[in-house]
Amino acid sequence: MLISLFLTFFKLGLFTFGGGYAMIANIRELVVEKNKWLDEEELLKVITIAESTPGPIAINMATYVGYKKKGVLGSFFATLGVVLPSLIIIYVISLFLDSFMANKYVAYAFSGIKCGVSFLIIKAGLTMLKKVEKKPLPLICFGAVFGLMIIFELFAVSISSVVLILSGGIIGIIAYALPLRKEETK
Amino acid sequence: MIYVILFFEFFKVGLFTFGGGYAMIPLIEELVIGRSWLSQTQFYDFIGVCESTPGPVAINMATYIGSTQGGLLGSIVATAGVVLPSFLIILLVASVLKNFEENKFVKAFLKGVKPVVVALIVSTGVVLLAKAFGYVSLSEFNADFISIIIFALITGIYFAMQKFFKIKLSAVKIILISAALGICISLIGGK
Repeated sequence: MLISLFLTFFKLGLFTFGGGYAMIANIRELVVEKNKWLDEEELLKVITIAESTPGPIAINMATYVGYKKKGVLGSFFATLGVVLPSLIIIYVISLFLDSFMANKYVAYAFSGIKCGVSFLIIKAGLTMLKKVEKKPLPLICFGAVFGLMIIFELFAVSISSVVLILSGGIIGIIAYALPLRKEETK
Repeated sequence: MIYVILFFEFFKVGLFTFGGGYAMIPLIEELVIGRSWLSQTQFYDFIGVCESTPGPVAINMATYIGSTQGGLLGSIVATAGVVLPSFLIILLVASVLKNFEENKFVKAFLKGVKPVVVALIVSTGVVLLAKAFGYVSLSEFNADFISIIIFALITGIYFAMQKFFKIKLSAVKIILISAALGICISLIGGK
């Protein structure tokens, strides 16, 4: 069982391009349909948990499925499996990347890739923006942080994203979880 | 010493990334540029590499930075650092904190974090694009027409494929197309 957890997640790590969300489709195929380790409902629960906890979704999924199937040891092997392909591939690339980048055509390719990467980042951000609730508070938070980031960039000041993320969380708790005066007066 | 720094810096990245791969980019950018581990250009080149290799972007980044700063051991330590927060938190959630995702404080916290993360991602992308187009500082702008043309073409190709062929290009394909455009247009432009 440990070996099959390791191998399944190794395969997921090896064949998932483009990060976490691409992994969900592959995980359904391997974990739900092929190995029947989870049913659809459990998968949905795992996805929600993965989205509510920090860290890459792939890691969260591997740890959770591993734990459910074989305890702490299972979660260790599943996580190791999903990490190992990246670790090996990128380590090898890192040894050659500098000499690779010195090639003229590679440099040309990367001048295009830079635009491709900006396109992907902006597209990912805008897709997520569509899912943000169209209510005053979230929109003000979005606008304030976006404005701050652009202004800080223009004046070459740096600000910690961690501080901004935590402030957002605190505002969220104050606004949505603490008993509001309105409810008390009802 | 570098191993301890790598471990804790990437531990922090792992701990504060909510919302998957792209959310990690602003945090890692802050880290690697703040510590002068990579230049901004090298950083974005490497994101291109991450998008075209398998595995989560965060892991790829940690492995790469670890390797450039501390060899094989560095890459293992940095990767362990970025993975460990998720690993520990999920173990807690799966074993002790049942129904963690239904807790009202957790939900409220995430609801507040979401627009901030989205803003961080969009602003990162916009700043990167402005720099690719030739923005240097408030008083200096050297328009890079090749980049402007490439970006316009990628955007055009993406939406044309979606509209006319109902094909949604994956991240890998967009990277490959933009690499090809980069080579062709640089050669035509006689750079």
